Amino acid sequence: MREPSRHCIRHQASGSINVMTNSKLTSDLDAVRAQLHNARGPQLWRSLDQMADTPAFRDLVEREFPQGASELNDPVSRRSFLKLMGASLALAGISGCTYMPRTKIAPFVHQPLGRVPGVPLFYASSVLLNGFATGVLVRSNDGRPTKIEPNPQHPGSAGGTDLFVQAELLTMYDPDRSTQVLNAGAASTWDAFTAALASALQAQSGGAGLRLLTTTVTSPTLASQIGQLLAQYPQARWYQYDPINRDNVYEGARLAFGEDVTTRYDLSKAQVILSLDADFLAPGPGFAAYARAFAEGRRVRKDSGEMNRLYVVEASPSGTGATADHRLPIQAGQVAGFAQALAAKLGVAGVSEGPNSEAATRFLTALVEDLEAHKGSSLVVAGDQQPPIVHALAHAINAKLGNVGSTVIYTDPVEARPTNQTAEIASLGDEIDAGAVGVLVIIGGNPAYNAPGDLRFAERLAKVPLSAHLSLFNDETSTAATWHIPATHSLESWSDARAYDGTAGIIQPLIEPLFGGKTSHEIVAALLGQPLVDPLTIVQGYWQGKISGDFATAWQEALSNGLINGTAATTRTPTLKEGGLGGAAPAPGALEIVFRPDPSIWDGSYANNGWLMELPRPLTKLVWDNAALMSPRTAISLLKLPFSADQLTGGSIESQHYLEALSAVNGKVVRLSYRGSSIDLPLWLLPGHAENSITVNLGYGRSQAGTVGNGVGVNAYPVRTSAAPWFDSLAADAVSDTGETYLLVSTQDHWTMEGRDIYRVGKFAEFKADPEYIQKEVFKEEFGGETHKYDTLLPGTDYAGRNAWGMTFNLNACVGCNACVVACQAENNIPVIGKEQVSVGREMQWLRIDRYFAGNDLDNPDTYLMPIACMQCERAPCELVCPVAATVHDYEGLNNMVYNRCVGTKYCSNNCPYKVRRFNFLQYTDLSTATLQLARNPNVTVRNRGIMEKCTYCVQRISSARIDAKKAAVAAGSEAYTIADDAIITACEAACPTAAITFGDINNKDSRVASWKSEPHNYSLLQELNTIPRTTYLARIRNPFEALSAADTAKNQEG
Amino acid sequence: MAQAQPIRTTPQPDTGDTYLLPGETYTSISSTIGDVPLTAPLKTPRGWFLGFAVSFALLMVFLVSVTWLLIRGVGIWGINIPVGWGMDIINFVWWIGIGHAGTLISAILLLLNQGWRNSINRFAEAMTLFAVACAGQYPILHLGRPWLFYWLIPYPNTHGMWPNFRSALDWDVFAVSTYATVSILFWLVGLLPDFATLRDRATNPLVKRIYGLAACGWRGSAKHWHRYEMASLLLAGLSTPLVLSVHSIISLDFAIAQVPGWQVTVFPPYFVAGAVFAGFAMVLLLMIPVRSFYGFQSYVTIRHLDVMAKVMLATGMIVVYGYFMEVFGSLYSSSKYEQYLLYNRLSGPSAWAYYGLLFCNAVAIQPLWFRRVRQNIPALMIISMIISVGMWLERYVIIVISLQREFLPSSWDVYIPTVWDWSLYLGTIGLFFTLTFLFIRVLPMINIFEIRMFLHQETERAHRNAAAHGHSHDQDHGHDHAHSPASAD
Repeated sequence: MREPSRHCIRHQASGSINVMTNSKLTSDLDAVRAQLHNARGPQLWRSLDQMADTPAFRDLVEREFPQGASELNDPVSRRSFLKLMGASLALAGISGCTYMPRTKIAPFVHQPLGRVPGVPLFYASSVLLNGFATGVLVRSNDGRPTKIEPNPQHPGSAGGTDLFVQAELLTMYDPDRSTQVLNAGAASTWDAFTAALASALQAQSGGAGLRLLTTTVTSPTLASQIGQLLAQYPQARWYQYDPINRDNVYEGARLAFGEDVTTRYDLSKAQVILSLDADFLAPGPGFAAYARAFAEGRRVRKDSGEMNRLYVVEASPSGTGATADHRLPIQAGQVAGFAQALAAKLGVAGVSEGPNSEAATRFLTALVEDLEAHKGSSLVVAGDQQPPIVHALAHAINAKLGNVGSTVIYTDPVEARPTNQTAEIASLGDEIDAGAVGVLVIIGGNPAYNAPGDLRFAERLAKVPLSAHLSLFNDETSTAATWHIPATHSLESWSDARAYDGTAGIIQPLIEPLFGGKTSHEIVAALLGQPLVDPLTIVQGYWQGKISGDFATAWQEALSNGLINGTAATTRTPTLKEGGLGGAAPAPGALEIVFRPDPSIWDGSYANNGWLMELPRPLTKLVWDNAALMSPRTAISLLKLPFSADQLTGGSIESQHYLEALSAVNGKVVRLSYRGSSIDLPLWLLPGHAENSITVNLGYGRSQAGTVGNGVGVNAYPVRTSAAPWFDSLAADAVSDTGETYLLVSTQDHWTMEGRDIYRVGKFAEFKADPEYIQKEVFKEEFGGETHKYDTLLPGTDYAGRNAWGMTFNLNACVGCNACVVACQAENNIPVIGKEQVSVGREMQWLRIDRYFAGNDLDNPDTYLMPIACMQCERAPCELVCPVAATVHDYEGLNNMVYNRCVGTKYCSNNCPYKVRRFNFLQYTDLSTATLQLARNPNVTVRNRGIMEKCTYCVQRISSARIDAKKAAVAAGSEAYTIADDAIITACEAACPTAAITFGDINNKDSRVASWKSEPHNYSLLQELNTIPRTTYLARIRNPFEALSAADTAKNQEG
Repeated sequence: MAQAQPIRTTPQPDTGDTYLLPGETYTSISSTIGDVPLTAPLKTPRGWFLGFAVSFALLMVFLVSVTWLLIRGVGIWGINIPVGWGMDIINFVWWIGIGHAGTLISAILLLLNQGWRNSINRFAEAMTLFAVACAGQYPILHLGRPWLFYWLIPYPNTHGMWPNFRSALDWDVFAVSTYATVSILFWLVGLLPDFATLRDRATNPLVKRIYGLAACGWRGSAKHWHRYEMASLLLAGLSTPLVLSVHSIISLDFAIAQVPGWQVTVFPPYFVAGAVFAGFAMVLLLMIPVRSFYGFQSYVTIRHLDVMAKVMLATGMIVVYGYFMEVFGSLYSSSKYEQYLLYNRLSGPSAWAYYGLLFCNAVAIQPLWFRRVRQNIPALMIISMIISVGMWLERYVIIVISLQREFLPSSWDVYIPTVWDWSLYLGTIGLFFTLTFLFIRVLPMINIFEIRMFLHQETERAHRNAAAHGHSHDQDHGHDHAHSPASAD
């Protein structure tokens, strides 16, 4: 702050005294200031007085302004002078008070183009998950990135994002991020590092001992730099490792085609889709695009012609499985046998059918019939965690069904160098043991934590003479390595990356690195002997000449679009190898263990992200922990409980009691012994999980994640082996009860809907025959008639002639991916409260996704996922009961929450039938951490303790759109303004990859939301309460296959 | 009069059919009751010190609990979403309910000219005030931002805001504050003649002066008595609707909501009956030990206890009718939420509370049909205690069980009170008993002049009866006839 204040004094001095001895004056004032600067704290003012009284000071004044002081004969001028002296003295004192480092403040001499203070700007960039880019538009409020939105132009986003993209913002502002280059744990500098690196490299002739370990690289620039490095050091080697890798995908392609190809799906053309343990509606490469295309084929209107059908065969229940029309839970180890049988039945040559269960056979028969009826418009997707044989079989089946070129597209590999990453990290380990590694540079990742347990990578890493780890956090690998280099976050750095289809996008920084740090490009440049080169130069240097047209223009265009046109991977038509499918399917075990990435914290790299840690996992609704997930039947048999799984169903009082007794099993700690090691994990029941199969989510038990992630959950990597990274059979006695219990916290304990009309489900065939049928059935059941009108004696409000905001949630499109929940949290400054607070039922997310299990089949129930936020009731029960009118209706029908007025009686929440209000029981918002303050949306009030809060339909976005519309109207000389239908996109709606959320003006009959609300399967939740919610739901329409649904009829009855 | 000793004949056996045991004189009444507050501090019975110490310790628990609450916020309690109200509102309603007996006794029974109320009304009224003081803590402390409680009060302000007059919580503000104000006025006015008695009996000049100030110049003139009677009647008239309104309005906190289990039309009368029920139980619970400790058996007779037990039985049966109507309403409503509520009460996670409530408030009062039980002091103590617990459980059932499982099963959760919930409850009990012990020590806990008046009336009646029947009159009280019943000895 000193710079501007000095500027100010100088300006006044020269302007009002009219004595142009500025340089002397300034230097004298500087002398005063310097004197004052040495005075400390409370002494300061005394010093000022004393100083003002001393002869030395008077002398100073006398001497200082001889010309000015003696020539001031005009009394007015003298008075001005005295005033000025006082002000100068005061200001000098102020600047002497503080010990602010001398920093540059750059007031705008020229306002940057397009920048208006307070008006956010959007910049296109990309955010990475496992190396693959999702195109984003980052909102910047006065230089602070505050929200990440999808980039509709980008193929990896297609107008949606996943939860990780949304949460990257918090990672960037994470106060636990590393700030300092460390050498063996002690503070060091970049220069020291580059010097050490240079001397170590000199000792390696031709780079014989140089090894580079990166995560999956799709960045063309980085790949080209590494190429240069390998050319400079021919004996150096480059390895890649990500714990959630696509080894099987590439191995499968090699098995089927003998070459590396990337498989991409066009779900928009798929009518019948089979997932072989593939969770393609959960984050991963291409997720947003796949989910969008899948949902497009699933959204129905009363005049819809077709709807796609999804079959899912899986072990561990997923959002994809919940969305399925038919789901078959089988062990992950049985999927290969299932795929073989399917291939054999479809007539794929060289495949023989093994034994399958009765349920699987019934499923197969129907599936074969359905697939054959949809040749060319069907699709078989194999899961990343399934062995290569399953992928090869899927390729063969897709070829057999004529799907290649239609729903399945093969392209050149998108990764810079597709490889078997598990094999690579294993061979790196062997090389370290052999003493062949002298310099190991690890860019990103966290192999000391997440390498397969049998490789003991952390121990081996310690043997490398010089190892360096570039990382956002000083994590497990950073500690094990000799050097740690803080990395810049992707929102702070220049880079590039490819989307799932190969399209390259530029990553551009939104803010100066908060904690310093280096990019991967700078590390590789340092290895190349260029330690001081700027990352922008590197990235631009790569693209120079590769983009057609004038580079400056093309570059600007690429930055503004967020992608470089024409960089998508080239399509290929690989031919199937002969005899690639002969391998026997792995024999299923008596019991199996399945390792899955965590739906919230992925491989553990998001473990320190509070938004994600506290995000209820889609199906378990667990927060802050992982668990051994298993079906109730498996738990009963493993723990030898005194009742059978069949006693749990039927809905009788007795079965209710059994269910309650069973739920006490949750949190029992079991010991899983596997391949000579064991882990103790709390157990969690998950109906629909394949029998005799136990899922363990990776990413927990971090020791150096940071204050949020340290010690949360149990680390499963130590038991995960390089031989079977995804699933493996367990001995029948591998699970034992330790007798301990552990508090697992979930945000939803209740499984069923208790027969209430909450989540409406219909069948496509019947919907086509009579679009009104779902409504009719509900009324028939409730009132014995086909229609019913809810009425009231109270006069309603007429919203005609205004905007009437409303929303729809399309239950047919929602896959429960949670992107909306995190987006809402980011947009609305929602605090993270910790496990203990969630355990007492105080979770703060404004938007939640309810999960119900329905049907009588506990082994394979229907899973319903239902987003719920404030319904913005026209007759809001909360408003009536607030004694201080802190929650009130506005003229557009919004149920507003006036935070400043709230005294916190909590009555509104008690009276809210949807329980969507959230209360700050304690001071949840962190008001002291500076970086977290930067992350907040300045247009949303930060709530303190004692205040009720809830979804506002992103009222800040509504307001800004209204202001824009009014300004435009005034500019056009009109009073009346109209807000365009797409002018307001709420945070949840923007993030939703399946476009399941639609917001808009229901009075505008042409709006998207009004058109959805006019559909016959549109309904209000708890409409019998006559709250007239503005948010409504579009009932789920399932598209079961007749032949198979006959068998499932019984279980589909209950809803 | 310092040497004045209670002039009482040998205690008579209490046969349970009189409101004033024979053998009492105006002097004995004044001295037995009036000497308690006039005892020199060091001569205070040890039992009093013991009781006061325990109560005061609990009051300190209150202090700690409130301090921590204000520092940290209501999150120290077990409340959550969906159970936004827990022990804070349970205890609020419980305490307010307890207060009702006092108002009923002092107002309605006065208007109905029930002379027997005289010996218990002062005590019951004091209990009302202290219970309201305890109750009043909760609505303020349960706020997320308690320092802004005054926003519930309509006052002209720079916000340009009125409170929301549609909210029952705002009605509570008026109901409870009016109730507290009228009750305290009524009580203080009723104390004036007794303050004068104490002033006149006191020997310590300082004590004399203090009671003299409190007596506001009461001299017992006919004019004073006339105005006093007028004021009493007016205040009784004002209080009478309050007996009905306060708890009715508090019941509307629930009844206007749409929570299954709250939205019950029978709530207002059922809450009032429940309040009187709980209040009488508490009066008995306090009166029985005090009466024996200070030897007031002559003024608070077995007959009093018997009558109070009858009131308890009657109001208890109204409450039972309320329970029956709740069940009937659930079944008859054909609303699955209401029906589930019943199922949840009967077999949900907090079913113990509902069964406990039925036992305490419906089953345990049935022995009161028998005169032998009504006149059995240990039995009354036990039943009163059970009723106090039962009425607490009733509020637990209404508030917590209803909120735990509402419309959407996804939001169902349980409520587990924390140590801070309990400490605040214990703390208000401490506040209540601290005030009670202070009251016992410094004020006449039984209305001296009204007992004397009652004695006078009884004597007159006995004379009349004797004259009518031609019998000679027992001259037990004759020597006091010269005195006005209300003047000092």
